[in-house]
Amino acid sequence: MFCGCPADYQAAEPNTRTCPVCLGLPGALPVINRRAVEYTVLTGLALNCRIPEFTKFDRKNYPYPDLMKGYQISQYDLPLALDGFLEIDGDTQLGLGRRRIGVERVHLEEDVAKSYDDRGEGYSLVDVNRSGVPLMEVVSKPDMRSAEEARQYLTLLHSIVQYLGVSTGNMQDGNFRCDANVSIRPVGSQILGTRTEVKNMNSFRAVYQALEYEVVRQREVIEDGGAVVQETRGWIEEREVTVSQRSKEYAHDYRYFPEPDLPPLRIGPERVAELAAELPEFAPQRSARFQADLALSGYDADLLAGSRSMANYFETTLTLRDADAAEVANWMLGDLARLLNQDHREIDASPVTPQRLADLLALVADGTLSTSLAKTVLEEMYATGGEPADIVREQGLGQISDTGAIEAAVAEAIAANPKAVADYISGKDTAARFLMGQVMRLTKGQAQPELALRLVQEGLELQKTRGSLEP
Amino acid sequence: MAAHAASELWQLSAAEASRLLADREISSVELTDACLERIAAVDDRISAYITVTADLARQQATDADRRIAGVPMQIKDLLCTNGIATTCASRMLAEYIPVYDATAVARLREHGAVLLGKGNMDEFGMGSSTENSAFFPTRNPWDTGRVPGGSSGGSAAAVSAGAAPFALGTDTGGSIRQPASFCGVTGLKPTYGRVSRYGLVAYASSLDQVGPIARDAADCALILQSIAGHDSRDATSLPDAVPDYSAALTGDISGLRLGVPSEYFAEGMDAGVRAAVTAAIDQLAALGAEIREVSLPTTQYALACYYIIAPSECSANLARYDGVKYGYSHQGDGDMWEAMERTRQHGFGPEVKRRIMLGAFALSSGYYDAYYHKAQQVRTLIRQDFAHVFEEVDALAAPVSPVVAFPIGERTDDPVRMYLVDVYTLPVNMAGLPAMSVPCGFSNGLPVGLQLIGPHLSEDRLLNIAHTYQQATEWHRERPGI
Repeated sequence: MFCGCPADYQAAEPNTRTCPVCLGLPGALPVINRRAVEYTVLTGLALNCRIPEFTKFDRKNYPYPDLMKGYQISQYDLPLALDGFLEIDGDTQLGLGRRRIGVERVHLEEDVAKSYDDRGEGYSLVDVNRSGVPLMEVVSKPDMRSAEEARQYLTLLHSIVQYLGVSTGNMQDGNFRCDANVSIRPVGSQILGTRTEVKNMNSFRAVYQALEYEVVRQREVIEDGGAVVQETRGWIEEREVTVSQRSKEYAHDYRYFPEPDLPPLRIGPERVAELAAELPEFAPQRSARFQADLALSGYDADLLAGSRSMANYFETTLTLRDADAAEVANWMLGDLARLLNQDHREIDASPVTPQRLADLLALVADGTLSTSLAKTVLEEMYATGGEPADIVREQGLGQISDTGAIEAAVAEAIAANPKAVADYISGKDTAARFLMGQVMRLTKGQAQPELALRLVQEGLELQKTRGSLEP
Repeated sequence: MAAHAASELWQLSAAEASRLLADREISSVELTDACLERIAAVDDRISAYITVTADLARQQATDADRRIAGVPMQIKDLLCTNGIATTCASRMLAEYIPVYDATAVARLREHGAVLLGKGNMDEFGMGSSTENSAFFPTRNPWDTGRVPGGSSGGSAAAVSAGAAPFALGTDTGGSIRQPASFCGVTGLKPTYGRVSRYGLVAYASSLDQVGPIARDAADCALILQSIAGHDSRDATSLPDAVPDYSAALTGDISGLRLGVPSEYFAEGMDAGVRAAVTAAIDQLAALGAEIREVSLPTTQYALACYYIIAPSECSANLARYDGVKYGYSHQGDGDMWEAMERTRQHGFGPEVKRRIMLGAFALSSGYYDAYYHKAQQVRTLIRQDFAHVFEEVDALAAPVSPVVAFPIGERTDDPVRMYLVDVYTLPVNMAGLPAMSVPCGFSNGLPVGLQLIGPHLSEDRLLNIAHTYQQATEWHRERPGI
């Protein structure tokens, strides 16, 4: 956030992504990462926030070995974005419908180093790679009414930040983290109960389970005549419980004051408008448009709109080739998806580019390839990254539409399958299909199927006529 | 300097040119201009050049002539020097060796300056006498029973005693100007942001600045030229172009409107200081300056304001010294927290601890508004005070300190009494303005300094005033007998 070190801390050897600044060495100074600020503004805009013209960073002071300077550069009272919202479908089981969940603020700060504490050897280790990596914090208002609503909110927020390219959204890697605050109150009461903060949930499922557990736990405390204690609790995945972490922390007075090493930022309305123009159409809107304008099914539309790269690939292919949206959708969600899934590849890494897919579909449309042959070509394109036209030419896969060439195969098939011919003559029309299959085999699948069938039928009719003519 | 016709210079061999340059018989600019003229004269006939980099050549030649190449210097031990111990005069960093150079240091090295060593100082820049050094006090070369001033006492004393031709000091509340005045040498605190703070171990981030301590204004101009200018590693460094400071030394201050702030001549000032400073102002009038009485009413608040803001920022800046990563680390029984506490208990001296505690208190919940926030608001008023005054005058003349160098140990029992020696220098840091200390006489055999204060980015003007004064006086040439 404040230095030039790469942020790939998960992949790197410990303490190899460091410099005087993120190590907090004496004399080092922070410098603001412009793109991180822009990402945060974009996220704020996507969450319908107000972007104040004046914003600044502050020092949050507390001692800990993983906090290199003894203070964290964060934002206190003038964050980058304020007062937004997200629309969720609502928890219908509680009779709650579609409504807004408020977003209090979005702010930017630096991450701390990573501690490895539970080694049982009387010492802890610190990996400073993560120190100084930009962290964007989205704080919601206490508008959610169930774990299900929290799940909906998180899912939508996750989709938004992925769509923006601001985060990979990977919870296991620590790129998307969630701390949840939850309280309960008697039905009808307007006053929120005492809340607890729950941390250490590493998946959406864990968030859901932890919140459900905590609600039950708080209820039991109250029903036993006690009171909920305001504290931080950790989710223990293996035991599926939350445990008090009160002993690990004591109340900090962070002694916030404006960061003197960084000038405040003035983000004017023109700049905000420029950034707003960068906002993409998000998944729900895109899916709705695919359904309305392109007549895709809801299922297909949701899948295609699910990731920004999928949706972009889809729309690019459509523009490159004035194609049937359903046709493109079928290829993408069928054969191409299968190939990508086998390799655990994202569509961004597909050797089959939108242009190549469009070219392949063009070859099917003009009769050069049958659909089944096209699937073969696609596999070859995926494996080699080659152009469909080249592959067709190199492997001689073009559909044969030359009548004369097919007639030779028809004659061969008829001559080799007298029983089938006899069956046809005696009235079994299906024998024609069988012989057509033989013709396809003889032409290595390249005969144009409709033409092959017609010629087989003609050939068989000729046999019939001859047969009836012969004494 | 022997005259060399420009028409001959392009004929010199490299070895000949090198010798003449080293002997200062020709300048790089003269030689380069001669070559560029020769190119213009013949290249349309021989086409030996695809690209002629005339502007770059002239710029590099100017730099080459400005080089303080080979001139030795001292660097205050608060500035990081790669591979060389940087202790900040603290037990906490007694064996700390940085892995990078401060920008100001790197720029001087690029210009060929030679490092003699690191200068003694008050611990982490906190002090006014260099008695707060964890190692030993520095002694004033004029009277070794007296302090050299602080916190850049080692730097001022070295230059005064001829133990370095120049030094790089730092100034947060007067730490270049006050020791310069106590030791009879010339010092300059630039505008906040004029010189990069990257690599300057932070004390008070919004006040710290790096600046030269040398024998005269011309030297200060040379050094400032080498270190000033934007640094992308310091977000508070100014993007403004750096003027040619040496070229600004015209020796002419006729018509200069010089303000004398009445609040800086209050009761309690040493009579000898008052006399020397007043005489210096008369001298400036004789040199053509127009003297005007002005007022800076917020002067009385600057001390309190400083001693809230600086400790607050320092309490955060010094939080990193916990014995975990580098520096002094207390080993013994007890858990991690206890080790951290003991490290800081033993690693920091009493004045540093005092200021950390003051700062933590001033920032704490419930007190922030009354202390830190209020002090910052007062700071704005101080800045506005100066801005108003600079609408009427071009610079201010005042004492640097109400006293001259005092005996070692005289003020160490009373922190506030120690703080009071900086009453005239502190307001300048609060406003982020440039200021100089210029030797202007003696009081009881001890040097007195004249303070010149200018508006934002007026270093060239201040240097010229000082230079003009030094052309007409000999105070800066006086040397202690040591």
